[in-house]
Amino acid sequence: MSTGTTLPVLQAADFASDQEVRWCPGCGDYSILAQMKKIMPSLGIPREQTVFVSGIGCSSRFPYYMNTYGVHSIHGRAPAIATGLKTARPDLSVWVITGDGDALSIGGNHLMHAIRRNLDINIVLFNNQIYGLTKGQYSPTSPLGKVTKSTPMGAVDNPLHPISIAIGCEATFVARSIDVNIKHLGMVLKRAAEHRGTAFVEVYQNCNIFNDGAFAYATDKESKADTVIELEHGKPLIFGKNRDKGIRLHGLDPEIVELGKGVSEDDLLFHDEKAPEPSLAYLLSRMRHPEFPEPIGVFRAVDRPRYDDEVSKQIAAALAKKGPGDLNALFNSGDTWDIE
Amino acid sequence: MSTTTTPAGPSAPKGQPQRAETNGPAGQPGHKPLVELTSATVRFCGDSGDGMQLAGTQLTNTSALAGNDIATFPDFPAEIRAPRGTKAGVSGFQIQFASTEIFTPGDRVDALVAMNPAALVTNLADLNPGGALIINRDAFDEKGLKQAGYETNPLEDGSLKSYRLFPVDMTRMTRLAVESQGLGTKESDRCRNFFAMGLAFWLYNRSLEPTLRYIDEKFGKRPAVAEANRLALKAGYNFGETTEALPSQYFVPAARLKSGHYTNIMGNTALAWGLMAAAKLSGRDLFLGSYPITPASDILHELAKHKEFGVRTFQAEDEIAAVTSAIGAAYGGAMGITTTSGPGVALKQEAIGLAIMTELPILIINVQRGGPSTGLPTKTEQADLLQAIYGRNGESPLPVIAARSPADCFDVAQEAWRIATRFMVPVMLLTDGYIANGSEPWLVPDFNKLPKIEVKHPGPIAEGETFMPYARDEYLARPWALPGTPGLMHRIGGLEKQDITGNVSYDPLNHEHMVRLRQQKVDNVALAIPKQEVSGPPKGKLLVVSWGGTYGACLTAVQHAQSQGLAVAHAHLRYLNPFPSNMGELLKSYDKVMVAELNLGQLNMLLRAKYMVDTVGYNKVQGRPFSVAELVAQINELVK
Repeated sequence: MSTGTTLPVLQAADFASDQEVRWCPGCGDYSILAQMKKIMPSLGIPREQTVFVSGIGCSSRFPYYMNTYGVHSIHGRAPAIATGLKTARPDLSVWVITGDGDALSIGGNHLMHAIRRNLDINIVLFNNQIYGLTKGQYSPTSPLGKVTKSTPMGAVDNPLHPISIAIGCEATFVARSIDVNIKHLGMVLKRAAEHRGTAFVEVYQNCNIFNDGAFAYATDKESKADTVIELEHGKPLIFGKNRDKGIRLHGLDPEIVELGKGVSEDDLLFHDEKAPEPSLAYLLSRMRHPEFPEPIGVFRAVDRPRYDDEVSKQIAAALAKKGPGDLNALFNSGDTWDIE
Repeated sequence: MSTTTTPAGPSAPKGQPQRAETNGPAGQPGHKPLVELTSATVRFCGDSGDGMQLAGTQLTNTSALAGNDIATFPDFPAEIRAPRGTKAGVSGFQIQFASTEIFTPGDRVDALVAMNPAALVTNLADLNPGGALIINRDAFDEKGLKQAGYETNPLEDGSLKSYRLFPVDMTRMTRLAVESQGLGTKESDRCRNFFAMGLAFWLYNRSLEPTLRYIDEKFGKRPAVAEANRLALKAGYNFGETTEALPSQYFVPAARLKSGHYTNIMGNTALAWGLMAAAKLSGRDLFLGSYPITPASDILHELAKHKEFGVRTFQAEDEIAAVTSAIGAAYGGAMGITTTSGPGVALKQEAIGLAIMTELPILIINVQRGGPSTGLPTKTEQADLLQAIYGRNGESPLPVIAARSPADCFDVAQEAWRIATRFMVPVMLLTDGYIANGSEPWLVPDFNKLPKIEVKHPGPIAEGETFMPYARDEYLARPWALPGTPGLMHRIGGLEKQDITGNVSYDPLNHEHMVRLRQQKVDNVALAIPKQEVSGPPKGKLLVVSWGGTYGACLTAVQHAQSQGLAVAHAHLRYLNPFPSNMGELLKSYDKVMVAELNLGQLNMLLRAKYMVDTVGYNKVQGRPFSVAELVAQINELVK
């Protein structure tokens, strides 16, 4: 531990626990773990001030591999555990690691309420569109028609889209990245960490055992420039290998246009992650493959009061008004009488 | 608003039993004979919108301030406002006040105040023959009688002749009394409960002062309503004084309770205050995660009021979030608590298993109600004992303790937290709807004299040293290491842990070792709790065993049997898992053992299984507490 006046300069390796990582070889989770360890030293938060909380599923083994405090809890409940922890200990940096089944199926209620409360926590949802730990059933993000062990004739239920859900819950920070897009992923995780309020990050994560290639369109070197569009605040939405295509608004709908031929950059939709209304962010979340390039980056980053702060403020206000609580005074606050 | 009165002594200004020279509130001298009683049981009943709970509470307070021992039993429907005048909507509040120590709100009532026919028909069976029956005659119209199922008017058909019937035109007299305030009919009629209170206060020679103060506090901002309530209260009192129908007044002198400073307290309030005391005694911040549920919500309400104590209350999105947030808070070093009732516990059980596995101290408070499923939300029952002890997957032991009375909730809350932190286990605390909403005089403690609750956390360690999160102390407790402590970074979770290191382990022998260790840890609680005491002879014909909110009824029944010269003793259990170490020996010291509980025999089954004693159950599952009379009858049956 540090005892001198200078803080030790931590490296990514300092955030690795002594536990053997047990994800399947080739799993997208390795990349996310690596990027997390890489950004941690840059946050300036001591390891002992950081807690990773997870639920159940492959992704939820994550806390064991970080040399921080951690809770590997029960299925779906990580946001609620994080809520209690952050409310009781606002001084801690709290991360929730979850998956598509954990966050959107069994834990949907907790996710929704954690986001609306806007606690100062970070939620990273590894979306692989499959149940991996239970060996390959469809998940709430699996596409219609998905054939799995539990849907031999194809899934018939409409999938949820994590970004749309988060925006619907009025998340103050919403972002998406891709496991193998490591620079972008690191940038997104760092921005999430720096956001004050609930930061929700969806990471497209490849399950190479049960759902290999689910996001191939977005990671394939040949196609990704046309299937992914990188959001940058204040910049027009441009994509394509030659950066010759853009997104323009036609009424309330986005449309793909080719630049030149009478369309200039100024005609395009400009991204505004700070827009007070979530409408633009929601519209972007509806842009889906194959009709549209799928946006990655920060959809929304706005400021709103945080639950943990507000609870602390109410305590401070009560203290200022009433002074420190006196139990003897409380016990005698009703009508009392004496018996000799 | 704190007021102290001294019931004994000439200066006592309020609520004093005074003889015939009593001055009524309007100043005229009392002129009717005063009959002394050792105890009285009164029940107010009416529509759930009639303010019967308030009437009962006010009679309770004024009787407590007069120095009586008191016990109360509010009994109300689950519907907030069932259709007016129907039997489903009847709400009641029973109070016993006495000049001797009492432990129950009374089996049967000496005076019944019924505001409408539905209230009469649903409550009459509990009125003693010869008891006073005060009726709001105005409500006994054709519609009201029909709704209650009366074919003829009981006030006129002679069916009530075994009671002292006092029909009073309460609605009309209340309207007249409050006329000067210019309220509408609906608002005027809302004052009717104050008229009923006034009449009851006169009948039992109670002071109006505490209620007049209450009116000032509650309605101070609406002067016309406040004045109307005052007028109605006094009108009811004066009616008692002047009517020829009521020939005499009663009074119950002050009780000789243990000397000291008292307040009247409800179970849920006592529990909340006990939790706050425990937090302070252990130097922890209190965090409550709770989802509203009858009859536990008042604990959340009470704790939410006291933020200046550093109390953090979190109204969660569901029962599961309520308990898991408490676990998260406990991991962070707070006193993590969740409060609920039986259905909520069912939802929390997986998470309670996580607290057992991670060996974190949290408190789960179950204010039991009638089950299964939604059951009887506002009625009392003790059918969650097995759920508390066994209702989780896997071998998942935890200590279970139960409060016996409203005031006892204060002590049990601290005891639960003492056990949780010493052994690093979640603890389940059981109360029930009966003691949660009931009230009794509470000998107010001095906080500074309450025993401290020692809690330890390991300090920082140097880089290179290894922290062992599942190392053990003499109680087998693991260290409670707090995030923020340098060097102690560790991960916990629901997967099986290797002892000492806390690493995930699938080793078969380690699993058995850990299962046994978690069991041993809970078993060890028996070494840290007092031996079970009995009230009565150490050997004899019969031992009555009870737990939880049936304490008062069982004790009273046993005392009655003892006064008849029977060798009967009473053992009331606070500790239900594990049992006190002398429990087996105790059970074998009596010819017969009767286990009385408001379920189908859950404690009885546990005692039989563990101690191989041929105990017999006495069980009732009606959503109502035991009456003393039925227990006495059963005791007599067993010892004859």
